[in-house]
Amino acid sequence: MITRLLLAMPFLTVAVLLLLALGALLFKRNLIKMLMGLSLMESAVNLFLVAIGYRQDGIAPIFTNAPQTLMVLPTVQALTLTAIVIGVATSAMMLSFAMVIYKKYGTVDVRNIRKLNG
Amino acid sequence: MNMTKIVRTTADLFYPFCLVFGLYVVLHGHLTPGGGFQGGAVMATGAALLLVSRRYADIIQSLRQNTMKLCEAVGLLMFITAGLAGLFAGGAFLHNRLAGAGGLFGEPVAFGANPGVLNTAGLIPLLNIAVGIEVLGGLTVILLYMLSGLKESEP
Amino acid sequence: MDSLALHLPALLVAIPLFTAFLIPLAGRAGGTVRSALVILGAALTSLAGLALAARVFAGGTVLYVFGAAAPHAAIPMDSGGIPIRIIFQVDALGALMVVIAALSSLAITLYSLAAESRQSGKDGFYSMLFLLVAGVLGMVSTGDLFNFFVFLEISSLAGAALVAYRIDQGEAVEGGLKYALLSTVGALSVLMAIGILFAQYNALNIATVASRLRFGALDMIALVLLAVPLAMKCGAVPMHFWTPDTYTTAPSSITALLVVSSQASLYGLFRILFTLYGDLLRFNWAVFGWFLVILGALSAFVGVTMAIPQKDVKRLMAYHAVSQTGYMLLGVGVGLAVFADAGALAAYGKTAMAGGLFHIINHAMYKGLLFLTAGAVFYRTGTRNLNRLGGLGHAMPWTMVFFMIGALAIAGIPPFNGFASKLLIYESVFRFSPFLAILAMVVSILTLASFVKVFHSMFMGPPRAEFAGVREVPAPMIAGMAILAAFVILAGLVPQAFVDRMIAPAVNALVDRAGYIAAILGGH
Repeated sequence: MITRLLLAMPFLTVAVLLLLALGALLFKRNLIKMLMGLSLMESAVNLFLVAIGYRQDGIAPIFTNAPQTLMVLPTVQALTLTAIVIGVATSAMMLSFAMVIYKKYGTVDVRNIRKLNG
Repeated sequence: MNMTKIVRTTADLFYPFCLVFGLYVVLHGHLTPGGGFQGGAVMATGAALLLVSRRYADIIQSLRQNTMKLCEAVGLLMFITAGLAGLFAGGAFLHNRLAGAGGLFGEPVAFGANPGVLNTAGLIPLLNIAVGIEVLGGLTVILLYMLSGLKESEP
Repeated sequence: MDSLALHLPALLVAIPLFTAFLIPLAGRAGGTVRSALVILGAALTSLAGLALAARVFAGGTVLYVFGAAAPHAAIPMDSGGIPIRIIFQVDALGALMVVIAALSSLAITLYSLAAESRQSGKDGFYSMLFLLVAGVLGMVSTGDLFNFFVFLEISSLAGAALVAYRIDQGEAVEGGLKYALLSTVGALSVLMAIGILFAQYNALNIATVASRLRFGALDMIALVLLAVPLAMKCGAVPMHFWTPDTYTTAPSSITALLVVSSQASLYGLFRILFTLYGDLLRFNWAVFGWFLVILGALSAFVGVTMAIPQKDVKRLMAYHAVSQTGYMLLGVGVGLAVFADAGALAAYGKTAMAGGLFHIINHAMYKGLLFLTAGAVFYRTGTRNLNRLGGLGHAMPWTMVFFMIGALAIAGIPPFNGFASKLLIYESVFRFSPFLAILAMVVSILTLASFVKVFHSMFMGPPRAEFAGVREVPAPMIAGMAILAAFVILAGLVPQAFVDRMIAPAVNALVDRAGYIAAILGGH
């Protein structure tokens, strides 16, 4: 029972993180906080990817001084790294957008920067 | 902004270590956890250390935006060129012809547990180096741009 | 030469990427060097795309295995019968999309050389332009789920950066931010679905996952997580809200390219519905067919009704883009709805799908042309407001002719290409549901009415004093528009040639799920 709960923990965390992220994206009015919600969502998906790669008794596939040869297939780790790299680029770009918007409008409140209607 | 002398001295002291550690992570990417992106990010942390401890005007004396942009473009070009080289060597794009062929990064690897030999894995360390250069340039450019946006609000 | 032809799928992505990263270096050598590089890169990319498409239409699906000793070795000897490498798999449907991207990107790059000549920061602009092209080409040629996500993100990020290119205007940055935010949330949803599929089937290759799919509850969640963001990115109602903002604030050349990029998302949607989930025995076709049909009919009608009252010419065209996307969804949706019924499929289902797919390529060409003409007018007059424009027909005859060609094509008037594909859709949809066919025709009439109004207020009337200095746009812009206009006329004059050579193979590729899987895994 405890083991099963422990195994489910990462997925529960993913669910909680996703809910928090959605809450931030939908209900926060501050652009920076919305972007933080987006980063949180990225982290949730990355955690999910790493969690599905877990195998009992498997070790990281690093041959240098490896104690055994039963290793996990590191595909999900590679996916996560790629997703992190993309996430860095996304965050950097959107934060720069937020900076420009702050310079133009003097605010990061999304209610006040809606020049585009619809 | 310009931080206190303690912060500045510590940052100066740590900057070369950051670079060397980043370089280590890049070069050993095919043997230990890490690789081009991670090592490049560590190296860019060194640049970030300098950036938080000093004024923008002092920083751009040593970390020029143009140099960093050049790093970014050159790293990416190296990556694609390495891919195309596989193509012209008779394999597919990114084909690892160098692995196990002797010469540069070409030592064959014994199967199973081994202490790890740096001079292995063929194309992969080259790609790691390319990505390392690119990420160092890219992340530093991002940091410099963001700081240049802040500099007007300085006292 | 033959060995180079073998590597076309890799070159298709490598050339634009190489050009994109070479541009900052070339920019140091001066504007002329950069322009030359941009033209060379665009020409080579298009050449590679068209050559690859010709190969696919002549000889069937082309595979390309990255990193392998030979580009065809999909399954390595020691891998236990599974493809472990990233594989590009271009079938006739992918080739059709490659043709669209190749032609549009060439025309758009030529156009931007003149249109953006007065802007600063051109190094970044062209780098991003080529990244966007590479992203679109990668999306439509990859056979790997995760690779699809990566290219989707590349095209989204490059697209968002380009939308915000005129960074001195707050609106542009706002449009870019909106696009980036929605794209990222959508892409994360796609990534989550990929994770769910990988956790169950230990594969990322589309063909391998398709062959192992068990259609459990988790797979259905994954389907929703994949289909909704892609439907959003192709601008279908009720998830169309980003299109008008983004299309309006982006530079016109970029808007035309974003149309192509949204159609790559449409390709992804079709690929997932037909290839990944397209098991004839276990999948409930009719439900998802009707889902596409309703999405399409709604998009077509809501799009055009929103378009009519618009005063901003690009905003108006953006709503028309939503409306036209509806036709594609309608056509392919009808095919999907009757897919399990072999008689109905042969009688009109395949025609409907051919109409939908033909409309994708036609729409990319005439809508791209229309956005470019709107950009040409903005280039000379500095306004997009229909109430302030007028009398430009005397000063800008070429732009007027190109606009007329595009407007007649979008309204479905013969002999332009819009008519050819809409006729296929009307005929076949009428046999599926007369009501939907009549709705589609009404939408066409409303489209015509809307564009007659635009034409009148932009080009007709006496020359206005405030536009006295307006001249025709520079030659590269005319050349870019001419490429698209030539295709619009050609596909309108000889539609059957296009349908036989490109569209029919694409329809067959779309419905041939077993063939797609067998190309990778071999046998049945």
